[in-house]
Amino acid sequence: MSLVNLRVNGVTYPVDIEMGRNLSGVLRSEVGLTGTKEGCDDCECGACMVLLDGQPINSCSYLAAQAADREITTVEGLANGDEMHPLQRNILAAGGVQCGFCTPGMLMSADALLDRNPDPSDEEIKIGLSGNLCRCTGYARIIQAVRATAVELNVSP
Amino acid sequence: MSMTIASSVDEVLAAMAAGAQPIAGGTDLVVGARAGKAPLPEVLVAVDRVPELATVEVGDTSTRIGSGVTHAQLMEDVAVVHRFTAIADAAALVGSPATRNVGTLGGNVMNGSPAMDTGAPLVVLGAEAELTTTNGSRRVSMNELWVGPGRTSAAADEFCTALVIPNPPAASGSAYVRLEYRRAMEIAVVGAAAAVTLDGDSIASVRVALTAVAPTILEVAGLDALVGTSYHEPEMELVATAAGEQATPISDLRASDAYRRHTIGVMARRAVEAAVRRAQGEQISVPVNRALGIGAAS
Repeated sequence: MSLVNLRVNGVTYPVDIEMGRNLSGVLRSEVGLTGTKEGCDDCECGACMVLLDGQPINSCSYLAAQAADREITTVEGLANGDEMHPLQRNILAAGGVQCGFCTPGMLMSADALLDRNPDPSDEEIKIGLSGNLCRCTGYARIIQAVRATAVELNVSP
Repeated sequence: MSMTIASSVDEVLAAMAAGAQPIAGGTDLVVGARAGKAPLPEVLVAVDRVPELATVEVGDTSTRIGSGVTHAQLMEDVAVVHRFTAIADAAALVGSPATRNVGTLGGNVMNGSPAMDTGAPLVVLGAEAELTTTNGSRRVSMNELWVGPGRTSAAADEFCTALVIPNPPAASGSAYVRLEYRRAMEIAVVGAAAAVTLDGDSIASVRVALTAVAPTILEVAGLDALVGTSYHEPEMELVATAAGEQATPISDLRASDAYRRHTIGVMARRAVEAAVRRAQGEQISVPVNRALGIGAAS
């Protein structure tokens, strides 16, 4: 066991873990933030997507110890207090959430995309969300929510 | 198990001399361990926080791409996109944004999969792998490095520090295309890279290498017959025929050997055509698969 400092959503969590533990497991069990989901555990589905220094990564297949002392953002870090992030509000309004299991990962990929590219085309949204699988919605409403958020953020920065 | 997080190449080499195995983004090692393919090594050294490994340095005669450069960097790096476009084509097709953010060129090379996307581009561009220990460095060609599926000729304490590629002459172009069934999180069914240099209206040099049709990346032999010719029929047919004849593909859940043998010819020909167009100065955006509608439809 080793003591590792994980900085998640701006808060430092010292965790005592085996060095081979994956980040999603430590976030859910030790840190206690269960918004990040474990789907395939094989780097395919994107339910475990978190941001590491602002870039999306599959936390199921990333060693927690390698994330030490870097900035980790999970879905819990999107909202501003009780106020939902525009992506969260828009994905609900568009009907882009059904079972909801993919939603945290989708939101993190979308957030990183809009950070890098504030006005993405539909094709760029699809590329930005690739690696995030949804088995319910057919994707159209998720893409619609990202587009709506881009418009909203560009009108009122 | 234990893990050191290295901040310099010297720390990486010292750890490997003491028996550690390197990990960068973990997209092969951790995924494989969690799938039960092979347990994580007992002693790891994390190499993803070594700034000197994450740079692309353009020299007078060659370019040095650090082994820690990620696929996301490769697909956007100006020097790579302009001089070594086939590598950018390949990097842009790997996995998803999440994979490309942490997966590295050195990791892709040393994992040694015959289906690796950056391998065929490195071969046709004449790259060498720089292998380093605490006692110094040596360079090996890509074909000396890969000895079988998932196997390299590197010793256990040798760390791949960089890929070194000769700067191409004027009127050169390269491209990588692959056959795929979907547009993300995909592994090449087959793939082909080509590098071409033109002399006026004729071919001065051409190299073609193939992905996922042999135990390692396979360079197509016998293309010297193309030198001095124009790049129309029947030269293109020769490329397709040679690729199909030299491929020794297997059948697996992704495709039959017969299907791979046929489609590799098509891919080889398309790679050469795209490389020629780039050598002529045409701007074909990265990756070629998307720009020219090759591979899976949207």
